[in-house]
Amino acid sequence: MILKGKAHKYGDNVNTDEIIPARYLNTADPDELAKHCMEDIDGDFVKNVSAGDIIVAGKNFGCGSSREHAPLSIKAAGVSCIIAESFARIFFRNAINIGLPILESKEAAQKIKTGDVLEISLKEGKIKNLTRHQSYSSKPFPDFLLKIINSDGLINYIKNIPNSRDKKKGGVNVKKLQYCCYGR
Amino acid sequence: MTITEKILAAGAGLKKVTPGDFIECNVDIALANDVTAPLAISEFKNAGGKKVFDREKIVLVPDHFCPNKDIKSAEQAKILRDFAKEQGLTHYYDVGRMGIEHALLPEEGVVLPGDVIIGADSHTCTYGALGAFATGVGSTDLAACMLTGKAWFKVPPTLKFIFNGKLNKWVTGKDLILYLIGDIGVDGANYRAMEFSGEVIGKLSMSDRFTICNMAIEAGGKAGIIPADKKTLDYVEGRAERPYEIYENDKDAKYEKIIVYDCSKIEPVVAFPPLPSNRRFVKDVKDVKIDQSVIGSCTNGRIEDLRIAAQVLKGRKVHPDVRTIIFPATQKIYLAALKEGLIEIFINSGCAVSTPTCGPCLGGHMGILAKGERAIATTNRNFTGRMGHPESEVYLSNPAVAAASAIAGKISLPE
Repeated sequence: MILKGKAHKYGDNVNTDEIIPARYLNTADPDELAKHCMEDIDGDFVKNVSAGDIIVAGKNFGCGSSREHAPLSIKAAGVSCIIAESFARIFFRNAINIGLPILESKEAAQKIKTGDVLEISLKEGKIKNLTRHQSYSSKPFPDFLLKIINSDGLINYIKNIPNSRDKKKGGVNVKKLQYCCYGR
Repeated sequence: MTITEKILAAGAGLKKVTPGDFIECNVDIALANDVTAPLAISEFKNAGGKKVFDREKIVLVPDHFCPNKDIKSAEQAKILRDFAKEQGLTHYYDVGRMGIEHALLPEEGVVLPGDVIIGADSHTCTYGALGAFATGVGSTDLAACMLTGKAWFKVPPTLKFIFNGKLNKWVTGKDLILYLIGDIGVDGANYRAMEFSGEVIGKLSMSDRFTICNMAIEAGGKAGIIPADKKTLDYVEGRAERPYEIYENDKDAKYEKIIVYDCSKIEPVVAFPPLPSNRRFVKDVKDVKIDQSVIGSCTNGRIEDLRIAAQVLKGRKVHPDVRTIIFPATQKIYLAALKEGLIEIFINSGCAVSTPTCGPCLGGHMGILAKGERAIATTNRNFTGRMGHPESEVYLSNPAVAAASAIAGKISLPE
């Protein structure tokens, strides 16, 4: 999957309260959440963002509350990928689980500036900065994670695997849940 | 193995695990609240879920925006209520029995030593104070557990924090954890288990221990844990609703790092906005006026916290420019405070006392800040806009400092 868009740059420790303030958590509707995405860190974000754009940030992106509404609001706002120097643990899992690609790259996080146009290959973990003619690398997604992303999230991924339902229990075969092995 | 590794090994049915291993654990308790459960329930149904794996192990607590603050949150809370009925959940707590989840579950003996617990709430790490492995997850992870009863983990390395020496006056568990976070930073324990020990931890009440483990997430920790001792067992006895297991560190347990603190150097701490790591000693704070003081939350809403606040407030009046709001964390705590005369002290001092709710801690309701306003709070996060307007500020402290500041109208020590 190749992603392309312009960068929106933020600093370290962007927390989930800033991404989607709790005053909007009385709904889980992604389109409603998208209207307030990044509101407390960048009031103009929703106005400036275009489909496919990429958020770039420093260390510990997504720290704080475990609200899955945070990556949901970012995805529904049209963002195609987040690049950060590092991610907070719960946010990392939540983003993958809802099918929002995220990449860790210190070099990319430091060199990219707001407005740069980026092109990303998730399979290879390659980030091209078309504005600055630079390229950066990050750890490529393993196959199963790419499949989760391509299925638009974990639940759809589980549903799409043949024989993944355990009919007796009406549940899901736990062996298919090994996605977490990415290590968070 | 460390206590964390032993609990995870037992949960996975393995003899031994080492940090970095991938394991599949049986989960003893999985919880969610009125913010995170609606998403989890819709994902559960979307995945074809009909029945949860065990109706006694899924816990739902509508505590964030409850009693319902508006129509939308009423509808969110109703999703929990309907699901709890449909599934016959044994641990569903509606308004009147509801308390703040992380105070309520230990109090009711629902979470126990040796458990593997996941919760769609980042402060799930609170239960580590019982000698359990407890970690926060998102709604989709919780939905997967509702279906299967299992969760996958990468076994975390453990950072050990040893607190030695003697506590200074008015220093509590809150000050120790704020001091520690100031030391290692808000991502200083990312992906790690944080184990707390030392002579000071041994002397602390369970209440203080819950406070410390509660804030492990504010350093990025996957879990906080304190091995169970006699105090833990005394607390659990009479509450536990099922058998439990005590785990101890092996003598040759391996730690990624051991950090030792001399508590005699730690004074009451306040964390300045916008990060919990932004610590200063209260004695060094000059003239920070406040508009509101909040005493409560999953961090500091237990009876011991209310006793400390009452000790400071007794016979005194809160400053005319300060709104002081007190949140007993559960109904039982509220009742105990009533019987002990604490509620009377609070009301006589000019404080408002609320029914249990997470309320203003996350900027939900019951004490939202206007533009430019400033609060001192015994809560856990002081991020930008956390308690209301993006240009309002939150300062974190222990209950004694929050009460003293309410009286003085500015951030102050009790004396």
